Amino acid sequence: MVTGNEAVAEGAIAAGCNFYVGYPITPSSEIMHYMAEKLPRTGGVFFQAEDELAAINVAIGASWGGARVMTATSGPGFSLMQEGIGYAVMTETPLVIVNVMRVGPATGQATKPAQGDLMQARWGRHGDQAVPVLAPESPQEAFELTVKAFAIAEELRVPVILLSDEFIAHMREVIELPDYESIKIPNRRRPKSLSEAPFGSKDPRVAPPMPPLGEGYYVLVTGSTHNEWGYRDTRSFETHYKLSKRLWDKVWLNIDKIFEYEARYVDDAEVGFVAFGSIARSVKMAVKVLREKGVKAGFVRLKTLWPLDLKPIRNLCSMCKVVIVPELSLGQLVLDVERANEGNAKVISYGKVGGGEPIYPRELVKIALEGLKS
Amino acid sequence: MRLIKHFSRKYLREEVLPTNFCPGCFNGVLINALSKAFIELGIDDLRNYVFVSGIGCSSWIPSPYIKADSLHTLHGRAIPVATGVKLARPDLEVVVIGGDGDLASIGLGHLIHAARRNMDLLVILVNNYVYGMTRGQMSPTTPMGLITATTPYGSFEYPIDVCKVIASTNANYVARWTIAHFINLKNSIKDALSRYRRGFRFIEVVAPCITYVARRLGKRASEVIKELLKLGVRVKDPNDLDRYSREGRIGIGILKAEDKPGYVELYEEYVRRVISRERT
Repeated sequence: MVTGNEAVAEGAIAAGCNFYVGYPITPSSEIMHYMAEKLPRTGGVFFQAEDELAAINVAIGASWGGARVMTATSGPGFSLMQEGIGYAVMTETPLVIVNVMRVGPATGQATKPAQGDLMQARWGRHGDQAVPVLAPESPQEAFELTVKAFAIAEELRVPVILLSDEFIAHMREVIELPDYESIKIPNRRRPKSLSEAPFGSKDPRVAPPMPPLGEGYYVLVTGSTHNEWGYRDTRSFETHYKLSKRLWDKVWLNIDKIFEYEARYVDDAEVGFVAFGSIARSVKMAVKVLREKGVKAGFVRLKTLWPLDLKPIRNLCSMCKVVIVPELSLGQLVLDVERANEGNAKVISYGKVGGGEPIYPRELVKIALEGLKS
Repeated sequence: MRLIKHFSRKYLREEVLPTNFCPGCFNGVLINALSKAFIELGIDDLRNYVFVSGIGCSSWIPSPYIKADSLHTLHGRAIPVATGVKLARPDLEVVVIGGDGDLASIGLGHLIHAARRNMDLLVILVNNYVYGMTRGQMSPTTPMGLITATTPYGSFEYPIDVCKVIASTNANYVARWTIAHFINLKNSIKDALSRYRRGFRFIEVVAPCITYVARRLGKRASEVIKELLKLGVRVKDPNDLDRYSREGRIGIGILKAEDKPGYVELYEEYVRRVISRERT
């Protein structure tokens, strides 16, 4: 029996994470505690930073130093990390950032769950950028998606965000652990020679090789617009467009590798649900209850929130009269559903947040029945 | 005519020269002091060095000019990035170069905490008294009375003496020189890379911005150097710094030189202790 937070930490260790840096914040601190206990025992590095600005930047430095790095935080800390995440995008630095969502804005309700950081996870940085965002619904999946986050980060040289929430973080469930030997995530590719550019790639789906420090590559890493060798070019349109487009394409053209979802009972559904994270658990129960009542209900649950493939949602919307989007916010995921809906379904946003109130299956059943009537 | 190659050039990326610093900028003096120190230490190339800098004119010294692995980071975040590199690769010598805006304003928290931890870094703060890159605004080290872009009637804020702050922490080595004290500066860099090779080493280099300080005061580079030689007063005890700065003088010298274990050694010892406890 482990909590979601412990499952994230254990997933990181299974994925070969050997460097953790963080700053204490509720409700993510248990991840930090777990790593503080485990990493020194295996010769890894655990580092407590002075704030989240430091944490994300220490993570970036460590990743360039060759470590497999994770940091975990929650809303306010996640906001502070945004500039650093943008730097990691620009410098193609692999790392995993866990955001255990709590009620905001500002200090909000520190111990209570929310899902209001969806848009921040996708769009929190300035400028154009694409960052994979994964969202588990259980401790089991928290383990699995943490492993996946490291795999994507190392392969594509991108920061990857794992979006958990306080419900998942502190719920305790039995999880099945795979044989760690079977989890072999290859390290980021190194240049074969000094003539392979560290910031350029002919195939936009493939990340450029990441040179190790201290071996005479004399790599120039910069958050400014740079050419394929890392030289700053803060003036030309071509250099910037080429770079930002490649960084964008690197994520979007790999959507098949990154995007995962779960869909059930969609084919004959007249009422549908779209959800992610802990709230998907209520959706599953509601669908079961509705089916027992003879109502044809189905759902799409997103395991990947970015890059987002609208097809499964569009498909659900094309089947259903009513599509309900329950979330622990005033309505963020619903915007995607409205975008995917081609006018067939009535989209109902059901946002509820604060005080640790879940969205109960009975509420969803009621909305579904009312929605079908009207 | 025989051309003699400048001694600094072997440590610089030829393809990006000349630098785009303002004519007369003192950043070049620091580059030369670093180069001289490397030469005297018998360092042939900088493959075992990682330079980390933030945003600002002096942050451009390592990126792109110095031929070494370098990370040009966000404004104020050079020290955390350097910390990450050092902890992941303790075998490499990690050097941070940054200005007063970068290290003493937006990044001051990181500077103090790295000093508190005695983190194994050499940090060189180039104090030019203003934000040069953004056109000469007041910085935390701007002397009272100085006219800047944001204090057009003269600054009335108390400045910070970073050396005094860092000397009060567990940092191993603290020194301040001006660019007019070239040999002392070079020797301090040498010390920080040889005799005092561990822990937090901090060197402040007073290098007034040629464009936004000197020119505004109607002074040429040569006049600034003469004035710095006059203003500099040798100090051994960091507690004496205040007295001189009140008189408008600049306390210079080696303010602290210890050789305590740095963070890396302490962490390695911690790991050894944890692992040996596991085994018993």
